[in-house]
Amino acid sequence: MSSKRTWFSSRSLLYVVALLIALYILVPIYLITISAFSPRNAVFDYPKPFFPKAFSVETLSFFLNSFGVLESVQMSIIVAILTLVLSLLIGAPAGYTLARYVFVGKDSYRLAILSTRAFPIVILAIPLAVTFIRWDLDDTAIGVALLHTAMALPTTILVTSSVFVSVSKELEEAAMVLGCSRFGAFRRVALPLALPGLAASAIFTFVLSWNEVFAAAILTLQNPTLPARLVVQLNQSPLPFKFAGGFFILVPAIVFMLFVRRYLFTLWGVKLK
Amino acid sequence: MIAKLRAQNLEPYLLLLPSTIFLLLFFAWPMFRALSLAILNDEGQFTLAHIQRMTSDVAFWDAIRNTFILLITIIPLQFILALIMALIVTSGLRGSGLLIYFYALPIAISDLAAGIVWFAVFTERGYLNTLLTNLGILDKPFIFLNIQTSWPLIAVIIAEVWRATSIVFVILVAGLQGIPKEYNEAAEIFGANWYTRLWRVTLPMLRPSIQVALILRTILAFQVFAVVVALTGGNLRVLALEAFRWYGDFRNANVAAAYAALILIFSMIVSVVYLRTLRSPETELTG
Amino acid sequence: MAEIRLENVRKEFGEVVAVKDISLTIHDREFMVLLGPSGCGKSTLLRCIAGLEQVNNGRILIDGEDVTQLPPRKRGISMVFQSYAVFPHMTVFENIAFGLRMQKKPDAEIRQRVQSSAELLHIEELLDRYPAQLSGGQRQRVAVARAIAVQAKVLLMDEPLSNLDALLRLEMRAELKRLLDELQATVIYVTHDQVEALSMGDRIAVMRNGEILQCDSPIAVYNNPAAHFIGSFIGNPPMNFLTARVLDGKTAVSVHETTIPLPPSIASQLKANTELWLGIRAENIEALSQTAPDTIPAKVLVVEPLGSHNLLTVQVGNELLKVNTHADAKFSPGQAIWLRFAADKIRWLDKLTGQSLI
Repeated sequence: MSSKRTWFSSRSLLYVVALLIALYILVPIYLITISAFSPRNAVFDYPKPFFPKAFSVETLSFFLNSFGVLESVQMSIIVAILTLVLSLLIGAPAGYTLARYVFVGKDSYRLAILSTRAFPIVILAIPLAVTFIRWDLDDTAIGVALLHTAMALPTTILVTSSVFVSVSKELEEAAMVLGCSRFGAFRRVALPLALPGLAASAIFTFVLSWNEVFAAAILTLQNPTLPARLVVQLNQSPLPFKFAGGFFILVPAIVFMLFVRRYLFTLWGVKLK
Repeated sequence: MIAKLRAQNLEPYLLLLPSTIFLLLFFAWPMFRALSLAILNDEGQFTLAHIQRMTSDVAFWDAIRNTFILLITIIPLQFILALIMALIVTSGLRGSGLLIYFYALPIAISDLAAGIVWFAVFTERGYLNTLLTNLGILDKPFIFLNIQTSWPLIAVIIAEVWRATSIVFVILVAGLQGIPKEYNEAAEIFGANWYTRLWRVTLPMLRPSIQVALILRTILAFQVFAVVVALTGGNLRVLALEAFRWYGDFRNANVAAAYAALILIFSMIVSVVYLRTLRSPETELTG
Repeated sequence: MAEIRLENVRKEFGEVVAVKDISLTIHDREFMVLLGPSGCGKSTLLRCIAGLEQVNNGRILIDGEDVTQLPPRKRGISMVFQSYAVFPHMTVFENIAFGLRMQKKPDAEIRQRVQSSAELLHIEELLDRYPAQLSGGQRQRVAVARAIAVQAKVLLMDEPLSNLDALLRLEMRAELKRLLDELQATVIYVTHDQVEALSMGDRIAVMRNGEILQCDSPIAVYNNPAAHFIGSFIGNPPMNFLTARVLDGKTAVSVHETTIPLPPSIASQLKANTELWLGIRAENIEALSQTAPDTIPAKVLVVEPLGSHNLLTVQVGNELLKVNTHADAKFSPGQAIWLRFAADKIRWLDKLTGQSLI
C-alpha cells in the first residue's frame, strides 16, 4: 500500500514529467523548423516569434542554392548509398553466419565485433586520411564510405544476425527437404523474410553516414559531404544558412525514425553478451 | 566426398572472411597507425616530439579539462534522465507508444544538427533570449555563447543531453523489457515498495544494459566535436576539435594522430574500468 | 519400394556423441517410431536421415542407394517439422505447392495435387490464407499437406503433434494414423510421447543416450521391455519393479519374505542369492483385502480414482508399487492389503545391467 503513495507512482505527476521531457525533446525541433520556413529576413527578427508569422521556402532555397551545397548533398547521398551497400554486402553474410552456423571461433569473432564498440572509430579518420592520400582515395566518396562502413559494420553484423535469428532455421530446412539447394533455401525463404529487418539495417547505415561529421570533414577537401561543408563554413555563415542547413540534415533523421520504429530495439538494444 | 565435407565446414569461415579482412584493414590497421604516427618521425624512428608539441600547446590542457567536465556532467545527467524516461514508458502509461517514439527521436539526429538546433536557442537573437525578455527576466539580450562565461559549456551540456540521452533510453528500455515481470511481482508480494524494487530488483538486473550504454556513451563523449563547433564556433576547446584543427588547419597529421591516440587510450581505459567495476555475476557465468 | 537402411550411423557434436553407431533397417511402407526422452538422439538420427545433419561415420541407404553424401533435396524424402516450418510469406496454397514447384511440375498438376492434399487434411477452404491467419492446428495440417503433396517415398516426422494442445493431439493422432496408412510411404516418426508411439507405430525403436535399446512391435515393447529403462518409460503408469533375491534352490525368489517361483529357463542362468528385478504392470496385479496363498502383504498409501479404474499406490517393504483396481473396489489409505501377481505377466531383469532375462 505504501508504494502507492511514493511520489513516482502518482499518475498525474508521472504524466507531467513525461510531458516535460517530451517538450524538451520536441520544442527545439519545432523551433528550428519554423526558423527554416521563415522568410529570409524574418530569420534575423528579434524578439523571435514562437509561432510563425509567414510560411516561406525562401530560406531553404537560399541554402540549397548557396555555393556547393547541392554538390555536397549529392556527395552525401553517394557516400551514404556506398556505405549501406558495402555494409550489407560485407556484414549480412557475417550476420547470417553468426545466426546459423556452429563453428570453432564463433564466440571470439562475436566478442571481437562487440568490442569494436569500445573504440572511438571516428578518430580513425586521421591515420586513414594519411593512408588515403597515398592510395589516391583522399577527397573521394569511396574513401569516406570505407570509413563509414568501418563504423557501421559491427552494428550491421549484429543487427543482421538478430534478424536472421528471428527467421527460424527450420524454415530453411523445410525448403531444403522440399527440393531447394542450400542457397535456394536462403533466397526463397530466409531472404524474403529477413528483408524488412535488412532494410531497417540499411536505413540505419544510411543515416549514420548522412550524419557523420568528423571523419567526412577530415577525409574531404574539395568535395565535402553536407555535414562536412556545414561544419567548416558554419562560422562564416549567416543565420538563414545555419538554420536551413541544420533543418536539412535533421529531416532524414526524423523520416528515418518513422521507418524503423519497429526495429528500434533491434538496432540499438543489442546487449553485450 | 571428403572435399565436399570440408567445403561445408569451411562455409562459415568463408562467409566471415570479407568482414574480417575489412575490419583488419580499416579498423585495426588505422588504430595501429594512429599510435605509430604519434610516436614515429618521418624516418620511422621513435620520437616524443609530436606528443611534446601536443602537450605544450596552450589549448591542450583546456581541451582535456573541458572534455572531462563534459564527460562527468553529461553522462550522469543522461543516465538519470534516461532511467526516468525508461521507467515512464514501461509503467503502462497511456500513449507510451508515442512517448517511446518521441523520446527515441534524437537518436537519429546528428551532433551537428543538434548543435545548430540549440544554437538557434542560445544565440544572442535566439529563442531563449526572446523567452526571457517576454517573461520580463531580461531587458536586453544576454550573450549566452560568450566564451568568457561558463554558458557555452552549459549549452553544450544541454544540447548533448538532448541529443544523446535517447540511445541510453533505448538500451535501458530494451533491458527493462527483458526483465520478466514476475521478479518485480514477487518482490511486491514479499513487501518491497516501489523504491526498494527499483534498487534491489530492477537496477541490478539492468546492469548489463547499463554497462553497454555507459561504454557507448563515454566513448562518444570523448569524441564530442560538431556540437561544440556549432554552438561555440570552436572557441570551446575539446580533444576531437584539437585533432581536427591540427589536421585541417595546421596540416600536422602527427600531432592530430597524437590526439587520436590519446582519445583511443582514454576510451580503452574507461571501457576496461567499466567492464571490471560493473561486472555482474550473471555475465561472468555466461562468459 | 523404399527400404531405409542405417549402417553404423554416428553423429557427434564436438565432444557429445548424439547418435552412437546405430544400425537399423526400416522396411518398405513401415511406420517406424523413434521413441525416447529428450536428448536421446532421436531427432538427430531423423535429421541425419533427412540430410540436414552430416553423419560422422556410417552409411544411410534409401532403396539400396547410398545417400550419405547427398543433400536433402536429392534423397527422395519429405518431412514434417516440430515447429511446422510453414513459410509465413506464402499462402497455404503456395506452401503446399512449394515442393512441387521445386520439381517443376506443370501448373495443372500442381493445382490438382495441392487440392487433393488439402482435401485429405480438410483445409481446402484455407488455401488463400496466410499462415499468420491460421490456428496452430491448422498450420499443423498445412505442414502435413505440404509434406504429402510431393508424394515422397519416405516421410519423416519430427514430433509433429507435440505443439498441439491435448485434445487436438488426440484427434490428429487418429487422423494421421488413417492418413499415413493410406499413403503407403515409409514413415519415420519421432516422438517422446509413449502413447503416440504405442498407438501409431508398426514398430517402435526405443532410444536412450544415442543408442537403440529395443526395436519391436508396440505390444512387444510394452509387454516385454528389454530393459528396466524401457519398462519405466513406457506405459502409464510405468512398469513396477521389485527387488527379488534368488533362493538357494534356484527355483524361486524371495520378494520381501514372500516366495515366488522362477521359470526354469531363467533359473538355469542364475546363481543363488543374485538380486533381480521383478517387473509387473499395474493391471496385472490383483489387490485383495484378505490374505491368501502366494500373495504379498502391502499397505495402501494413496487411492486415485480415475473413473474407469482406481490407481493405488502401495508400499511393499520399502518399495512403492502402482496397482490398478476396479472403480468400485473400496480401499482406503493406511489399509493392509495383499497383492497377487499374474504369473505369466511377470518379467525378470538383471538388477546390475537392467537387461531383461529370457
